[in-house]
Amino acid sequence: MTTAHTFAAKQLTSGYDERIILDNISLSIPSNQMSIIIGANGCGKSTLLKTMARLIKPSGGEVVLDGKSIHTIPSKQLARTVGLLPQSPVVPEGITVADLVGRGRYPHQSLLKGWTKKDYEAVAEALDLMNISAFADRHIDELSGGQRQRVWIAMALAQQTDILFLDEPTTYLDITYQIEILDLLTDLNKKHGTTIIMVLHDINLSARYADYLFALKDGQLVAEGTPATILTSALIDDVFQLKCQVIDDPVSQTPLIIPIGRHHTNK
Amino acid sequence: MTNFTMQSIIAAKQKRKRRFVWLTTLLASISLVLCVAMLMLGNTIYPVSDVIRVLLGEDVQGASFAVGTIRLPRMLAGLFAGFAFGLGGYVFQTMLRNPLANPNVIGITSGSSAAAVFCIIVLQASNTMISIASVIGGLITVIAIFFLSKGSSFSIGRLILIGIGIQAMLTAFINYLLLIGNTHDLPTAMRWLSGSLNGAKMETLTPLVVAVFIFTPIILMLSKRLAILELGEQTATALGVDTNKSRVLLLVSAVIILALATATTGPIAFVAFLAGPIAKRLVGHGFSALLPAGLVGVILVLAADLIGQFAFTARYPVGVITGIIGAPYLIYLLIRINRKGDI
Repeated sequence: MTTAHTFAAKQLTSGYDERIILDNISLSIPSNQMSIIIGANGCGKSTLLKTMARLIKPSGGEVVLDGKSIHTIPSKQLARTVGLLPQSPVVPEGITVADLVGRGRYPHQSLLKGWTKKDYEAVAEALDLMNISAFADRHIDELSGGQRQRVWIAMALAQQTDILFLDEPTTYLDITYQIEILDLLTDLNKKHGTTIIMVLHDINLSARYADYLFALKDGQLVAEGTPATILTSALIDDVFQLKCQVIDDPVSQTPLIIPIGRHHTNK
Repeated sequence: MTNFTMQSIIAAKQKRKRRFVWLTTLLASISLVLCVAMLMLGNTIYPVSDVIRVLLGEDVQGASFAVGTIRLPRMLAGLFAGFAFGLGGYVFQTMLRNPLANPNVIGITSGSSAAAVFCIIVLQASNTMISIASVIGGLITVIAIFFLSKGSSFSIGRLILIGIGIQAMLTAFINYLLLIGNTHDLPTAMRWLSGSLNGAKMETLTPLVVAVFIFTPIILMLSKRLAILELGEQTATALGVDTNKSRVLLLVSAVIILALATATTGPIAFVAFLAGPIAKRLVGHGFSALLPAGLVGVILVLAADLIGQFAFTARYPVGVITGIIGAPYLIYLLIRINRKGDI
């Protein structure tokens, strides 16, 4: 099991250039749990993720890991605790699966030492956990979207961080692959206790897979808590401007959102 | 299960390592053969034994002058400039993730050339001044290109297009200088239009040789970071690479050796552009192709110079030959990129 960490945003203000997207947000990420950030397009959920994963330098406030501001922690050391899978990572031409996953070992390697047994172990474990060891020597370009996404997650796993951020890991994937990816991430969380924080578009899948939800609107945190306690039709109306009914998911007994459009009424 | 996976990963990696070592040795051997050929061949062909005796400092009738004073500096200029072009070109192409984002294509070499020609024709400067000016010229061009292509968000496509534009401006500037220059300065200045190993002298080689010995280890030390930078800004940051610092370090190191190589031999067309992709294709993935790229650069320059000297009735400078090889590849690349729909 991984060690527990305190990881929090304190009065965080952040954005691109002059434009402020996150406005004075404070929140604390529950350790060893799966947290999902939900919100409408442009509400700042991706910015929150990127700022907490030190991809964007905040213009105000700070991100604090175990009592230290992350911008004061040496970048390689931080990369051994906090990992991130960006939304659309860049694939170098002609790279093989094992080679790409192996690059996740970078923060654990020093300048002079070559690959150690520990490095190989971590890569092998990541490949096995994502069920992609069979095509370790294949080129990434030959893989399907779902397989490719598993390779990227494997790279983040090889990094062996206690905290892992994922920016919309299921975008562009078929529903089958979406479930597969979310199941694998749940395995990771249950087996290793990895703290997972991700942005997800699908509210129902979020409700099913998250231990904890953060709901954002216009750069502000409007609600947080377990899906069962916070997901109400009032919250959905507030966050997404969408009328809906909330029922019980017959499979997972989590809240299930049934949207109401203009053409259908609930008689 | 994990154990089995691990064994197969290790096996695959070792296989690629053997291939890498074998290939690097082969490239180094070819380079060595070409170096010796450069010393042996000429109006008079000297046997290897004479060449070795000259190199050991013995006085050999005839050979000492031809080999020691003319052919040796020519060979060393080709060796070090070729290596610098190959290595520097590969750094640019990998860091910017585009084979077109290359010192030749985006005008860094012409920045060095323009500064050098300006020093020769307008300032009548010394060789040391010319070297320093060409490094500064190259750096200023890089900074200008980066600054202009920054905009609201950095785009490599824009960087390449701006680079090509700047190259055109600098070439025009060089042509203007050549028109207003004194006729007796022109032969020296002409070298800046098309690279040539003619007239290489021992004393002018020193800055390039020193720089190659200093910056090659620095660049090789950064090769792991370079591989991570290839994964894009966000992933690289997440993996703990200080992207800005690494980029500046790599850029400055690459620009210095490229500029000094340009200052020594002139811009030998397309070597920096061709060496990287050739080396990468040979090595495959999993190992950094930095060193092989440098060696491919050496082979390209020396082989092209030998062809230019001996294959035709007239003697052509090395840059003409590499230009003939490189231009079709540039066109091929542009057509392929155009099909994919992105620059």
